[in-house]
Amino acid sequence: MSKQTKILLDPLFDNNPIALQVLGICSALAVTTKLETSIVMALAVIAVTALSNFFVSMLRNLIPSSIRIIVQLTIIASLVIVTDQILQAFVYDVSKQLSVFVGLIITNCIVMGRAEAFAMQNPPVDSLLDGIGNGLGYSVVLLLVGFFRELLGSGELLGYRVLPVVSHGGWYQPNGLMVLSPGAFFLIGFFIWALRTWKPDQVTED
Amino acid sequence: MRHSNTYIVGFAAAVCLACSVVVATSAVGLRSRQDANRVLDRQKKVLTVAGLISEGEKVDPQQVEELFKQNIKAKVIDLATGEIDPSADPEAFDQQKAIKDPNRSREAPANRAGIRRIPNDALVYLVEPRDEVEKIILPIEGKGLWSTLYGFLALAPDTTTIDGIIFYQHGETPGLGGEVDNPSWKALWVGRQAYDEEWDPAIEVIKGAAGPPAEDPYEVDGLSGATLTSRGVSELVRFWLGDKGFGPYLEKFRAERSPA
Repeated sequence: MSKQTKILLDPLFDNNPIALQVLGICSALAVTTKLETSIVMALAVIAVTALSNFFVSMLRNLIPSSIRIIVQLTIIASLVIVTDQILQAFVYDVSKQLSVFVGLIITNCIVMGRAEAFAMQNPPVDSLLDGIGNGLGYSVVLLLVGFFRELLGSGELLGYRVLPVVSHGGWYQPNGLMVLSPGAFFLIGFFIWALRTWKPDQVTED
Repeated sequence: MRHSNTYIVGFAAAVCLACSVVVATSAVGLRSRQDANRVLDRQKKVLTVAGLISEGEKVDPQQVEELFKQNIKAKVIDLATGEIDPSADPEAFDQQKAIKDPNRSREAPANRAGIRRIPNDALVYLVEPRDEVEKIILPIEGKGLWSTLYGFLALAPDTTTIDGIIFYQHGETPGLGGEVDNPSWKALWVGRQAYDEEWDPAIEVIKGAAGPPAEDPYEVDGLSGATLTSRGVSELVRFWLGDKGFGPYLEKFRAERSPA
């Protein structure tokens, strides 16, 4: 595997920001009640991590180290606002459902973490790939959780009925827990469990 | 690497300038699209509270426009007198702009709904698919805990039976105050009475649970964990039903319809 593919694909399962580093949990719980919001949120995060990494990396030799965190934050915050504006203009309904959580991408530790840990030391293209990779790693978890929460919580996927629910004369009794945030906790727990069974070297020793 | 102070200040300024240009361009460039979305969303919410489309239903913009045109008549009214202003164009009327314009709004009387200014004129939507008014939809707004809530209240033609409530913009805590969007909570409003026998606003969001509309006609369940949002909703609904809000208009509406 070439170095760049590794940078891109590593964060998906080998170094997943949510499952291994346990970053960005808050929004992962909040926006995953439906698959559609999860997808839009995932795309927004990928865009922000990728571009912030890219710009931070381009400026990495110019940024005075005493104000580097604030410069990174300024870049990230601007990108988040632009993303939010674009969502409001093109997918208004979803952007309303995401409400504050798009704005809160600023505080998503994945974004800052990658800018500081990777983009400050690596050239722009690698940083861009690292950003996309970490965004994808976040997305994998988001989409899995969103998929199961919508399917089990409302018997639908992307708003289309998949399981016939009892209230509409079917047989499936929706699981109310999945609609609420604790449902996401369980699912993320299961995901981490499955991942660590598959890759035992991720298990942390007590 | 050490940098001089001048360099640091200069660098910070350059970054800020570049970022602000990007942010401003995107905000200004996308504004017209966003505004169109907002108007459409508001029309959708009016149709939803009117019961013409169901909650969360996907309807394309043309359909919304058509349904709106067919069923809804918007009127601009003078809040103080309750008279309909036939010269004003309801489509051009923007209540938020009117509130900001000192010539078209006045200071609100002391109230507990956090309302500072009220417009001289306001919009009402009449659901009138045929010749008869079936529902009256009033725009409502007021402070919750964190934010101003904007929404609509639908009344039956007797002007007191509540037919629905909906909020289209607010910034309350998701899961707590944000539950004002919960369909099952909104359904609790339907069938309750907005006014008591003396035509004073009586509807109230209480702490805890209220009985069915027949037993507790004036009370709606509070939202658990969101006392201040519940209180805000209670106050804002009562304010707009009161004589500084749509009270005079609704009184006229009743007088015109009753066979005197």
